[in-house]
This record gives sequence, structure tokens and C-alpha cells, in this order.
Amino acid sequence: MQSRVHELRSFVVKNFLFGEDQRLDNADSFLDNGIIDSTGILELVMYLQHTYEIEIYDEELIPDNLDSVNRLAAFVEHKLAMPAVSKVS
Amino acid sequence: MIAPVNGVPSAAKQLLRLDAALETERIAAKIRGIVFDRLKRKGAVVGVSGGIDSSVVAFLCARALGKERVIALFTPEEDSSPESLRLGRAVAETLGIRSFLEDISPILKGACCYKRRDDAIRLVVPEYGPGYKSKIVLPNLQDAARYSVFSVVVQTPAGEIRKVRLTAEAYLGILAATNFKQRTRKMMEYHYADRFQYAVAGTPNRLEYDQGFFVKGGDGLADFKPIAHLYKTQVYQLSEYLGVPEEIRMRPPTTDTYSLAQSQEEFYFSLPLAAMDICLFGRNHGFPPSELAAIAGLTAEQVTTIYAQIDAKRTATRYLHSGPMLVEDVSEI
Repeated sequence: MQSRVHELRSFVVKNFLFGEDQRLDNADSFLDNGIIDSTGILELVMYLQHTYEIEIYDEELIPDNLDSVNRLAAFVEHKLAMPAVSKVS
Repeated sequence: MIAPVNGVPSAAKQLLRLDAALETERIAAKIRGIVFDRLKRKGAVVGVSGGIDSSVVAFLCARALGKERVIALFTPEEDSSPESLRLGRAVAETLGIRSFLEDISPILKGACCYKRRDDAIRLVVPEYGPGYKSKIVLPNLQDAARYSVFSVVVQTPAGEIRKVRLTAEAYLGILAATNFKQRTRKMMEYHYADRFQYAVAGTPNRLEYDQGFFVKGGDGLADFKPIAHLYKTQVYQLSEYLGVPEEIRMRPPTTDTYSLAQSQEEFYFSLPLAAMDICLFGRNHGFPPSELAAIAGLTAEQVTTIYAQIDAKRTATRYLHSGPMLVEDVSEI
């Protein structure tokens, strides 16, 4: 889980904060802090799908799953733990 | 979709009501001051789309500057509805102003607008090709907790309709390609402005202006924007007072940018425009969600969500409003 948090944090910092850490807390809301907009969500989803070979459904595109580094990590863990049917074959 | 059960209640409409005669005179005086005194131009060019906003701007300019000093420009392209040109002509004929027709399809083809768009669509719908139609849409805000992410809706030559969520690459590719349309139109408007020493009138209403619903260097570019302070409901009110043809006043707003008919709600606002108008008004005037909810026929939770989205769009589209930024002030200018 810790390495997952680290990976996801690196992606967010590199892609949305232009490499500057800006004291981003892993619990910080991306929306409230203006870090990710709707195009950013699409980028994030692409990254998650490709990197972890998971499929993300429309109904999963909610802040509970995607709105902080910690939430992302938990969501990815949850997806990876699911039976293979929800993963991209 | 979040929508008031019985349409927008009359109490809400009342909030936005203005004195149409007074407002018309106020705007007309401002237009004269801007065009003649400040910009030193001899008239105004208005890109007339057949929609309500550009029609009202054409009427206001004609009233302010005189009908002989206003040009209506029609710039259809392959994906435009033929209705747009017909209604645009109705505006010019009603006002008795000069008009010019410029089919911008050849310029768009030269810039590979359609090819670039189709290539981008093929990133998510590989079979997309000749005979297909498309548009991009936002989900309805039925589920307030969901992110608003774009999908492309395609119609096959056989009429079958499919909706596919866009990737960032495909979305940005489609947007960057279709933005050629608004920018080409603006280039044409400035061509006529240069030719006649006229100013270019922009046609956004307050909702569009505030929420960044425009293309930078495209429909966002203008020398003056005479209805950018008016809520959409107020634009409709002025249109009636000014005598804009009824057919235009009754037509649902469209973007007229994609080959499948696309409403502004689908593309940008996710909410009926009248309800969006009331929420923007409420946000601007400090109405608590519970109070506005009662007036607008929405729930307090829905209003809270919409307020948050209004704020988010303002932040996300700040870049569109900003002019070129300088490293240092050039104080002489």
C-alpha cells in the first residue's frame, strides 16, 4: 500500500504540479486545491487503466475514489483485489 | 438531469427581470461611446449565427449605431445546420442591415480541421469514418457526486448510436480541431472589420462569459461584448422587446459545432440554462443554497453542488480570460 501511495503521488506531482511537490498532503483534495480539472480526471483515469491494467467504469468516477493520493491508492488496491472480470483482459 | 419539476418557477424569473426599454437604451448609449468615441470605428461587425445572443447583439448594434453601420456576417461550414443560415438571414432582413456570406469549410479543410477531429475520435472509436456523425457530451448531473467527464456520441451510417467515454488525448484532440471553427469565424469577422474600419462585436451572455464557455482567440475575441453582463433569461427578455423574430426566440440554444445536434447543456452546463441562470444569479448575490433552492425549485444539495461547479469552472477557465502576460509592465502603453 505504501509503495502504491508513493507511485501515485509521483504521478500526480509530475503531471499536475509540474514536478513541484508544493507540500501536497496525501489526504489533500485535488478538487478543493484546484490540482485536477475535468481533463485531468481523464488523464488520471488513463494512467490508472494503463499502469494497473484495470477497467474503470463511469459510475466509479467519483471523488470518493479519485480525489486524493490516499483515495487513489485505496481505489487501486480495491480494484486489483477484485476478480479478474473487472480487469482489462 | 437536475431540473425543477415544473420548469423554473415564476419567483425565480422575477428575480432576473429587468426594465427592457431602459436597459436597451443604456446598452445602446454604451455601444455608441465604445465604438465611436473610444475605438474610433465607423460601425460594427456581428457574426450572426441564428441564435438568440448574436441576434440580440445585432439588434442592439443597429439601434445604437444605425442600420447602415452594422454588418451581419454568416460563416456556415459543413456541420452547420441549414437553419442557422436561414435564421441569420431573417435577422439581417428584419433589421435591413448589410450581410455577407462566407462558407468557411474550405479554410477548415485546408487546416485539416475535420481530419484532425476524426483522427482524434478514432482514438476511442476506431471504426469512425465517412458517413458517421458525432458530438461530445457531458453526463447529466443526475448523480451530483460524479465527475463531469466528456464522452463522444457517434452515429453510424446505419443510424446506430454509441456513446464512448473519451480519453484525455482524444478529448483534447477533438477540442483543438473543432476550435478551428470559432477561430476561423473570428478571422473572417476581423477581415470585414479591417475592410470597413468597423469594430467586432462579441456575443457572449453572462453565463458563457462567466463560465468560460468560449474559445480563446475564437468567439472569445472581440472589441466589445455588449451583453456579457446579462443573464440568459434577460437576453430572452430583451429579444422580445427588440422584436427579434419569434422563431429565433423559441429555438433551443445549440452549439452548432458538431455534426450531431448538440445542446449547450450537453456540452457545457449539464443543467437547463434557465436553472443555471438562477443558480449563477444566486451565487453572485450571496443566496444561501436553502433559500435559492426554494425559489429555483431545486433541492439545497443540488444548489450546493451547482455553486461548487460554478466556482470550479471559474478557476478552470481563468486562463481563457487572461490576456497576454508581460514579464514587466510597459508603462508607456
